[in-house]
Amino acid sequence: MKKFINNVDDFLKESLNGFGKAHSDIIRVNFEPNFISRKTKTKEGKVSLISGGGSGHEPMHGGFVGHGMLDAACPGFVFSAPTPDQMQAAAENVDSGAGVLFIVKNYSGDIMNFQMGAEMYSGKNDNIITNDDVAVEDSTFTTGRRGVAATVLVEKIVGSLAESGGSLEECKKLGEKVNKNSGTMGVAFTSCTVPAAGKPTFDIGNDEMEFGVGIHGEPGRKREKIQPSKTIVNNMLEAILDDLKPQKNEKTLLFINGMGGTPLTELYLVYDDACEILKSKGIEITRSLVGNYCTSLEMQGASITLLKCDEEILKNWDAPVHTAAMRWGM
Amino acid sequence: MSVNFLISQAKNIQIVINENAAEIEALDQNIGDGDHIFNVQRGLKLVVELENDIKNLPLQKGLNMIAMKVLSGIGGSSGALFGTFFMSMAKTPDLDGNIDFNKACEMVITGINAMKERGKADVGEKTMMDVLIPVSEKLNELKSGNTDMNEGLSEIIKIAEDRMLATKDMLATKGRASFLGERAKGHIDPGARSSQLIIDTICKSLINK
Repeated sequence: MKKFINNVDDFLKESLNGFGKAHSDIIRVNFEPNFISRKTKTKEGKVSLISGGGSGHEPMHGGFVGHGMLDAACPGFVFSAPTPDQMQAAAENVDSGAGVLFIVKNYSGDIMNFQMGAEMYSGKNDNIITNDDVAVEDSTFTTGRRGVAATVLVEKIVGSLAESGGSLEECKKLGEKVNKNSGTMGVAFTSCTVPAAGKPTFDIGNDEMEFGVGIHGEPGRKREKIQPSKTIVNNMLEAILDDLKPQKNEKTLLFINGMGGTPLTELYLVYDDACEILKSKGIEITRSLVGNYCTSLEMQGASITLLKCDEEILKNWDAPVHTAAMRWGM
Repeated sequence: MSVNFLISQAKNIQIVINENAAEIEALDQNIGDGDHIFNVQRGLKLVVELENDIKNLPLQKGLNMIAMKVLSGIGGSSGALFGTFFMSMAKTPDLDGNIDFNKACEMVITGINAMKERGKADVGEKTMMDVLIPVSEKLNELKSGNTDMNEGLSEIIKIAEDRMLATKDMLATKGRASFLGERAKGHIDPGARSSQLIIDTICKSLINK
């Protein structure tokens, strides 16, 4: 394992320390229990958005704390759900009285810990569960689909509504719409190494890719030989379009997300391929996002998220945001 | 059962889990994401380290402190589930007096029921509940019956092992492995394996005592 580490047990603490120092104009980091909150108090009457999850997906979620997005984020150990006391403390810290909306990715550990945190918090609260990963079959009998990169879009869009005075119910409703309107498909070329493990999570050949990979290096639909980008992108988009079934000329946001180890140069190439393929299918791309937003440590690979946009979604997407990882309009 | 009993069990379990850590990690890498073993190890370490703080406390208080430590110190599914287990054990009525075998069974049953509720997983879903639920059912039988305790403990060891092995051919419907579909088949569930090792260690330490 080659990583910037002093001591495996201090990995998270030291990384959070650095994050706090680097972005002291926007956020502050609280330790024991760990949470990241905005530097300024939530204004009265504004719904507070709190997300969280295992670490290793940076900038998600701490990088999205700030004006127009989250009020707080609770980082767990690498790839492990955070603990209920973190969510309780974060909620008590940021709630201005208008209630707390927890944004939770659909994994058993996250669901259970957020649920317990919500039970321990006495204030008004509700939650949104994201499950945009089309690689996994959905079913009411199972854990269902994973929450992946569309969580970033949910946090941005709902964050804007909360900022402009949306109620807890309205925020939840919009979040659920964004989640339902999105589909994501990921591909990995390499594995990733969890610091505590010290070795890669899975083995993969030099000429292989994992199609439908999760954001923790969990296996996906199938293992395949690597192909030209156009073919990979086409297969990814087909899986998404199969699920999302957009109308002809429907407006969409196209989000190419890096898994951490793939250079932006390649992500833009993927964006180009995706544009061409979507254009040929009569799907209109009206907004874009390209970069490393929902990563899996140093994994090489990318995910594509397509979000069907209506006026409400577009308006809230365009609204100003100022966080460590996303900033425009202010 | 006493706080000291819990601590000494945690120490025994820690040794066994550490001995089998590589196997559990490998199972989790096959069908999960590899964090289970680290969470279990971290949890055991935290409980063992609590010794000086809790060794003189009454059982209920000790259990609650263990629950809070586990809940806030582990994370992931294991933290929520084992935290729930200890928290619920502490809620079993009449913990002030002497805890005999029947009372201890009742406590464990209460804890496992709460885990089942929290995780919304039942038998047959390729999780740790595949081991824990049948064990809890057997404890319920033992509690109300006249079976010899040593015999009962041996039966539990056998049940835990059989049920752990049975997860190998299951399709997972809950937890991280559920995302794999058919590809999860052929691998024992790591949570079922760690739970089985815990039960095995406790039962073996009690036989002929």
